[in-house]
Amino acid sequence: MTTDQDLRAIVISVLTEVAPDVDPAAIDPDTELVEQLDIDSMDFLNIVVAINERTGIEIPERDYPKLSTLNDAVGYLAHAQKQAAGA
Amino acid sequence: MSDFVMPSLGADMEAGTLLDWYVKPGDAVKRGDIVALVDTSKAEIEVEIFEDGVIDELVVPVGVRVPVGTVLATLRPAGAEVPAAAGAPVQAAITTRAPAAITTATPTPAAVAVAQPPAPLPPPSPPSAPPTPSAPGTIPAAAGANHRLRVSPLARRVAEQLGVDLSTITGSGPNGAITRADVEGGPATAVRTAQPTVGPSPPPEPVDRHAAMRTAIGALMARSKREIPHYYLQQEIDMSRAIDWLRETNLQLPITDRLLPSALLLSAVGRAVVEMPEMNGFWIDGAFSPGSGVHLGVAISLRGGGLIAPALHDADRMSLAEIMAGVRDLVQRARAGRLRSSEMSDPTLTVTNLGEHGVDLVHGVIYPPQVALVGFGAVRERPWAAGGMLGVRPTVVATLSADHRAGDGHTGSRFLTVIDRQLQKPETL
Repeated sequence: MTTDQDLRAIVISVLTEVAPDVDPAAIDPDTELVEQLDIDSMDFLNIVVAINERTGIEIPERDYPKLSTLNDAVGYLAHAQKQAAGA
Repeated sequence: MSDFVMPSLGADMEAGTLLDWYVKPGDAVKRGDIVALVDTSKAEIEVEIFEDGVIDELVVPVGVRVPVGTVLATLRPAGAEVPAAAGAPVQAAITTRAPAAITTATPTPAAVAVAQPPAPLPPPSPPSAPPTPSAPGTIPAAAGANHRLRVSPLARRVAEQLGVDLSTITGSGPNGAITRADVEGGPATAVRTAQPTVGPSPPPEPVDRHAAMRTAIGALMARSKREIPHYYLQQEIDMSRAIDWLRETNLQLPITDRLLPSALLLSAVGRAVVEMPEMNGFWIDGAFSPGSGVHLGVAISLRGGGLIAPALHDADRMSLAEIMAGVRDLVQRARAGRLRSSEMSDPTLTVTNLGEHGVDLVHGVIYPPQVALVGFGAVRERPWAAGGMLGVRPTVVATLSADHRAGDGHTGSRFLTVIDRQLQKPETL
């Protein structure tokens, strides 16, 4: 089980790979990532793929809106992980 | 014997700086091989050769900026008798043949440098000279820790082999680019700075690249608006079938193979162009010249500003999966500055998908000498009237900017209708 802190680190690391000019410390955890990082749908897909590679969590397309901010994304992944473990 | 010249990598390019040779005299090359790295003002481009043969002579040395059309190297037919010199070491290869074609607007240190006696490859830049002849309107690169490392791929490979930390090297190439010679520490130009390594966070783009790109885009768009009598059309397209089909299809696909709406849009344009080839090509010398193949220019915004529209070759014959892979590859290489010459010079019709950033529609400026540009706004739910009922459907506003010299609004209107029709049968895209 990956801790929330580790999940956050993973998400931030993935975000800065897609948007290398962004200062990780400057990401506002409650602002929309698409707007904040100026990413497009291809970038977002690459983020979802990279999160899947690092955590094994598969994010269905219909859940994309649940990952709109950094805090939301970490919360979603933590929840998905617990569900998978409990199942 | 034939000449390999500095190619025009887009209508906005007047000159390019040779950053690296990937071949040496005596090397056999095939059409399409990447033989050199060239810096236009917009990007570093890997230049492909257009015919088979054997490299005879490298005429322009690394680090020199030359106008489009300048002979960079000479090529002899593959079967031709090999001159005795061909087997000689690279150092002997560059002859005194003066690159007379170099006629940069103002005399530059590098232009002077090439008039000097034969230089070895890679040649040392004049130690005291500024690192690069700046393009008109560009600002010399500011040296310093904040400067993004500009490294030729060859230099990067050599650095890896030698275990050299690139951040400790001051480049002698254009805009401070690190060349192989710098890495090897041979020529006196490679100055190892005492500066400590800066952290891994990538510094911003250098100012000169940004300014140069603005200048290039500005010049090209001004030319477009000056010369091309644009007409503009727009059509709202019902995307409900396309989006439903996409959702169903993606459920069956692994994450890595998921498709995006933008792939459907590109595919629809590619197929529409096959039906209406008059939208696909160039206006040159007062006449329409059809494109050979459907090579969609995919407008890609670069992080930190700027725009580049490299070609997705033969987009009309690609599956959606191939379009996804092709666009992903183009975006990655565009942002890393690793596009190929054919991608820069080949686009026959540009597509901009500015809706990715939220706008409803885009009235694009045609990329000369192309005759049209297709724009897509955001795919989102909007009110839609059908069968006497008002409902909500995902829609996209497609726009067309087209050259009135090459055709009329009637043709353009049919083109948008064909794109619409393609998007109503997503399973065939």
